[in-house]
Amino acid sequence: MLATNNRLVGFLYLTPALLFVAVFVFYPLSQLIYISMTSESLLGGGQFVWFDNYIQAFTDRDFWRSFWFTVQYTVIITPILIGLGFLLALLVAENRPLVQFTRGVIFLPVVIGLASSSLLWVWLFDQQVGLLNKLLVDIGALDAPMVWFNRAHLGLFAVIVSVVWKIVGFGMIIMLAGMQTIGQDIVEASMIDGASYWQRVRRIIVPLSSRSILLATLISAIGSMLAFDQFYLMTGGAPRGQTFTSVYWIYQNSFVYFKLGYGSALSIILMVVIMCGAALQIAIQRRGEAQ
Amino acid sequence: MTDIVSAPDVTTGGIVEARQVGETGARRYLVGAICIFMITIMLTPLVLSFLASVKTPEAASAVPPTYFPNALSLENYLTVATYQAGLWTYVSNSLIVAFLTIALCLGLAVPAGYALARYRIPFKELFFLLLLASMMIPYQAMLTPLYLLFSELRLTNNHLGLAIIHTILQLPFSVYLMRNSFEGIPKELEEAAVMDGCSSLQILRRVFLPLVLPGMVTVALFAFIMSWNEFIAALVFMSRETSFTVPVMLTGVSTGIFGVVDWGALQAGVIVSIIPCVLIYILLQRYYVSGLLSGAVK
Repeated sequence: MLATNNRLVGFLYLTPALLFVAVFVFYPLSQLIYISMTSESLLGGGQFVWFDNYIQAFTDRDFWRSFWFTVQYTVIITPILIGLGFLLALLVAENRPLVQFTRGVIFLPVVIGLASSSLLWVWLFDQQVGLLNKLLVDIGALDAPMVWFNRAHLGLFAVIVSVVWKIVGFGMIIMLAGMQTIGQDIVEASMIDGASYWQRVRRIIVPLSSRSILLATLISAIGSMLAFDQFYLMTGGAPRGQTFTSVYWIYQNSFVYFKLGYGSALSIILMVVIMCGAALQIAIQRRGEAQ
Repeated sequence: MTDIVSAPDVTTGGIVEARQVGETGARRYLVGAICIFMITIMLTPLVLSFLASVKTPEAASAVPPTYFPNALSLENYLTVATYQAGLWTYVSNSLIVAFLTIALCLGLAVPAGYALARYRIPFKELFFLLLLASMMIPYQAMLTPLYLLFSELRLTNNHLGLAIIHTILQLPFSVYLMRNSFEGIPKELEEAAVMDGCSSLQILRRVFLPLVLPGMVTVALFAFIMSWNEFIAALVFMSRETSFTVPVMLTGVSTGIFGVVDWGALQAGVIVSIIPCVLIYILLQRYYVSGLLSGAVK
C-alpha cells in the first residue's frame, strides 16, 4: 500500500495551513462582521448597535464620494492598462534580442514597490523641483510648471500616469502568454488566405487570447478598486478629500478617527463588491485549468 | 534581461514565427524604433531618480531643477543612512519580516501542497478552497479585526506580526503553486521509494523536495518581493518609529521636516528600496515570470 493512501498522515500535513487560515482569516472575518454591528472605537467602549453603521454608511456622502471616485479611477485606468498592455504584448511577441530586452524593461517596474514608484513620481510631478514639469515646459507643452495635486482631476491624471508606468508590464506578460498558446497552423492558414497583420490581430489573436485578456482585466480592476498606496502618497486625499479612495476612507475612519465599528461596516460593503469580482476571476481560472 | 522569454511558460509560439515570416524590412525598423522609444520611457524615471540621488542636496532641491548633476555627491545617501533611527534599522526590519514571511509561506504551503497533490483526503476540494479563500477576501478590509487580535497577542510593532499578515496575503498563491509542483512529479518515483522502505516523511524529504525546489524558489521569491514592498499593513501595524519598514520610513522622508522635503534624500531612499527588487528580478527572472503565469493564467 502506498504511504500516500494514509488519510490521517495526509490530513496532518494539511493541518498547519488550515489552522493558520482559521486563526488569521476566518476568525478575524467573523470578528469583522461582529465589530461592524458595534460602535467599537479604538478609544474603547463599544455597544451592539445592529445595523446602524450600515444605515449610516448608505447616507454617508463622504463614503459614496470615495466609492465613486474609486470606480472612476478603475473605469479610466483599466482600459488603458489592458489596451496598452495588449499593444505592447503584440510589440514584444518576437524573439529578436532588442524586442526581448524591451519586454524585460517594460516588465521591470512591476517588481518595484508601489510606494517607491509613487514617491518617485510625486517628485517628477512636483511644481518646483519636478523634472516632468520641466520637460513639459522645455518641449513647449506647458507655459510654466504647474501644480498637479491641488485639483482632483489633475491629481487623478498624475496618479494614473505613474501607475500605468509601474504596472502595464503585468497585463502585457499575461496577455503575451495567452497569445503564445495560439497554434502556429491557424496563424499560417490565415496568412495563406492573405489576411493583413491587423486583420489577423482582430480575427484571430483577440478572440483566441480572450481568456487571458479577461483575466488581466479582472485582476487590474480588482487591484484598482483596492487602490490606497498611490493616493495616500501622491495626493494625500487632497484637495478637500476629493481623492480619497474606498480603502483610504476606511483607513481614515478606522485608524485616524478610530471609528472601528463604522470602518468595519464600510470594509464589509467593499468586501462584497470585491468578492463578486474575485469569484468571477477564480471561475475563469478554474475553467482554464480544466481545459 | 533577455531570458524573460526562455521561461518555461513563455515558449516561442504561433504568432511570433508567423510574424517574422511575413515581415518586411520596413516593419522591422518600425518595431525596433518603437522598442527603443518604450525602453526610453520606461527607464527615464528610474535614471532621473538615480541622478537626483547623486546630486548635492542643494542641487537636488534647486528651483528650477536640472536633469543632470553638475557634481557627484553621496551626501543624500548619508542623510538617509542616518535618518531618524538609521536606515539600517529600517532595512533590517524589512528583511526580517520578509524572511519570516518566506519561512511561514514555505512551512505551511509545502506540506499542504504535498497533501493536496498526493493524499486521498475526504473533503480535499473543500480544504483547498478554504486555503484559497483569502484570495477572495481583500486584506485591506481585514485590517481592523486583525489589529484588535494582534493588539491582544502583542503582535503589533512586531516582526512576526507583520510577517503573519504578509503570509495571509501570499498563502493562497503559495499553496496553489506547491500543489501544482507536487502534481507534476510522476507517481512511479514515489512507488519506487515505498518499495525501498522509505517512510512518508523520508519520501517528502529525499524524493520530493529536490524535485519541487523550483516551486519553492518561486514561492520564496514572490513572498520576498511582496513583503519588501507591502505598504498599508506595515503602515498600520508598525506604528513605532523603530519598527518602521523601508516604505513606511520613506513616507516620513517624503513629508519632510517642517514641511520642507529633502528631495535628494527621498530619491536616495527610493533607489535603496528599489535595488533588492531589481537585483532579484534580473537574477531570478525565469522563476518570476513562470511563477506569475502559473498563478494567473493556468
